[in-house]
Amino acid sequence: MRLEPLVNPPRFRVLWVTLGALGVAFVLVGGLFAAYGLNPLEAYRAMLQGTLLDAKGWQEVLRRSIPLLLIGAGLTLAFRTQFFNIGAEGQLLLGAVWAAGVALFLPLPPALSLPAMLLAGALGGALWCLVAAWLRGRLNVNEILTTLMLNYVAQSLVIFLINGPWKGRDARGYIYSDRFAEYQQLAVLPGTNVHWPTLLLGVLLALVLQWVLSRTTLGFRMRVVGENPGAARYLGISGVRVGFWIALITGGLAGLAGVGEIAGIHHRLIEPGQLSSGYGFTAIIVAWLARGHPALVLLTAPLMGLILAGGDLLKVSLNMPFRIVDVFSGVMLLCLIGSEILVQNRIRWGR
Amino acid sequence: MEEVLNALARALSFGTPLLMACLGALLNERAGVVNLGVEGMMALGALAGFAVAFGSGVGDGSLWLAVLAAMLVGALAALVHAFVTITLQANQFVAGLSLTMLGLGAAGLLGKRFEGQPLFNQPPEWPFTLGAIALALLLGFILYGTRLGLTLRSVGENPAAADLLGLDVVGVRYAAVAAGGALAGLAGAYLSLVYRPSWTDGMTAGLGWIAVALVIFVGWSPLRAIFGAVFFGLLYYLQFRLQGQSAIPSEVFASLPYLLVILVLALSGLRGQQGNAPEALGKPYRRGER
Repeated sequence: MRLEPLVNPPRFRVLWVTLGALGVAFVLVGGLFAAYGLNPLEAYRAMLQGTLLDAKGWQEVLRRSIPLLLIGAGLTLAFRTQFFNIGAEGQLLLGAVWAAGVALFLPLPPALSLPAMLLAGALGGALWCLVAAWLRGRLNVNEILTTLMLNYVAQSLVIFLINGPWKGRDARGYIYSDRFAEYQQLAVLPGTNVHWPTLLLGVLLALVLQWVLSRTTLGFRMRVVGENPGAARYLGISGVRVGFWIALITGGLAGLAGVGEIAGIHHRLIEPGQLSSGYGFTAIIVAWLARGHPALVLLTAPLMGLILAGGDLLKVSLNMPFRIVDVFSGVMLLCLIGSEILVQNRIRWGR
Repeated sequence: MEEVLNALARALSFGTPLLMACLGALLNERAGVVNLGVEGMMALGALAGFAVAFGSGVGDGSLWLAVLAAMLVGALAALVHAFVTITLQANQFVAGLSLTMLGLGAAGLLGKRFEGQPLFNQPPEWPFTLGAIALALLLGFILYGTRLGLTLRSVGENPAAADLLGLDVVGVRYAAVAAGGALAGLAGAYLSLVYRPSWTDGMTAGLGWIAVALVIFVGWSPLRAIFGAVFFGLLYYLQFRLQGQSAIPSEVFASLPYLLVILVLALSGLRGQQGNAPEALGKPYRRGER
């Protein structure tokens, strides 16, 4: 058996290989369901039935897709330029912190409050990510480690705030901040938790980023830096500066996702684990599936949203730990990157 | 004086899992493969060790069986990484990250039934600490004093040349990654069997990531890893010691190790430490390609 490089991979090869990889991933996770003592078919049926065939389920998928859409669109660009931002969790939290700070302490006219929260959130997330980009650009420090470490720091920061200076007056034994005012909450589709302004923002931003990537000078620079750093140097494109832009964009979008979660759903700053609930990590798969095309996130975010909502269902109906979502993420990502070789090569059996 | 000795003893105890995991990561990085899955492999090792010890009663003989199981599971998880990155030539960073997700997820899922179960006899810490230090010395000797070490380093520095000399690049890398996983599993077992004989989801608490960062900090040297691990061990000790005793909020201490990792990486960057990295680190090897 040997590999033979394909000079011009057929157009739909990527699609087939990706679908194949996902298929393998679902079989492997099925094996783990079995190891846990659950009939895999039964589990998958429960996940699908409760999400796609149920009105409430649809809303859950949609709600879960919103942060994935925002973070995923940004990460798509980041991965394309080889900036492995694993810190979207922390950037989401910082976005929530800045927005909560504006909501709780900045006396603004009601009409300006929400826009200010969104701006502050984007800024908070962007700056948090910029730390890692700066360290990488100036001191050549691996961004995977720094963004990840900053996640832990962000968690501590949120706990410190809601357990200390920002602790709500009605919180008593719990830890969370005061509730935001009515005008500081994002509108939702009636009867649901789907905060549609953020959803709309996510869709728009994914399309805008696609346009930036394929039609602007900045996008051209990003593509060159990602695909051929040597050529970028030759063209006088500064990889460091492009890295800063990427950090601002991905961090900013993750920050916006944080604002969406607190202003759209929780209406206060809450405990970090519940607030970010793994969106930053799940969005990595959203971005990887989109293969460097921000617009494709519109398809891949709902897919992972479905898995998150399905994980919720398994937790409630079968008392399964929510960790199953991490298993899905890990296995899917391994299968996806492992299948990459089949996009560019063909297997020849025999000698 | 007593205070200082006590602090040092605790630092060694905290530093032991860090040293074990760090040596493992160092070993496979010396062969040219980055494995960011340490945290996940540690979690799996911790669970495997606990499950075996719990299942086989509380006899003394079962401890070593449990440790062995943890190392085996760590090595198996690492082989997944090896297959994906060496055979399928996928991105090592992303593969390691997904291994962490998978490891934490699978351990949390399968370990649920052990949550809150106590393990009755707590083995002493010192054999493990001494073992880890001995391992560091041994690894240093192997790397610089033996033919095996030379092989390992050549595969990490210049796989094409090693291949030309007839060395089995793929085989050496597989072996190094598996050994690294076994050490990460051992670190996990230390946590769930020795340090705090119990199982809780998320008990690795970022230690695996700190171990990965430590490899860069100590410039890929096993001997310096001892001091690096003790240093971070001391930090963990201070974090617990000073909590609630001062006006500084405990969250500051909780985030201290992570902030320090960033600082340490920045300092390593400032000193150009990255230059010590094995030349072919993170790059898949494909025969006939430059």
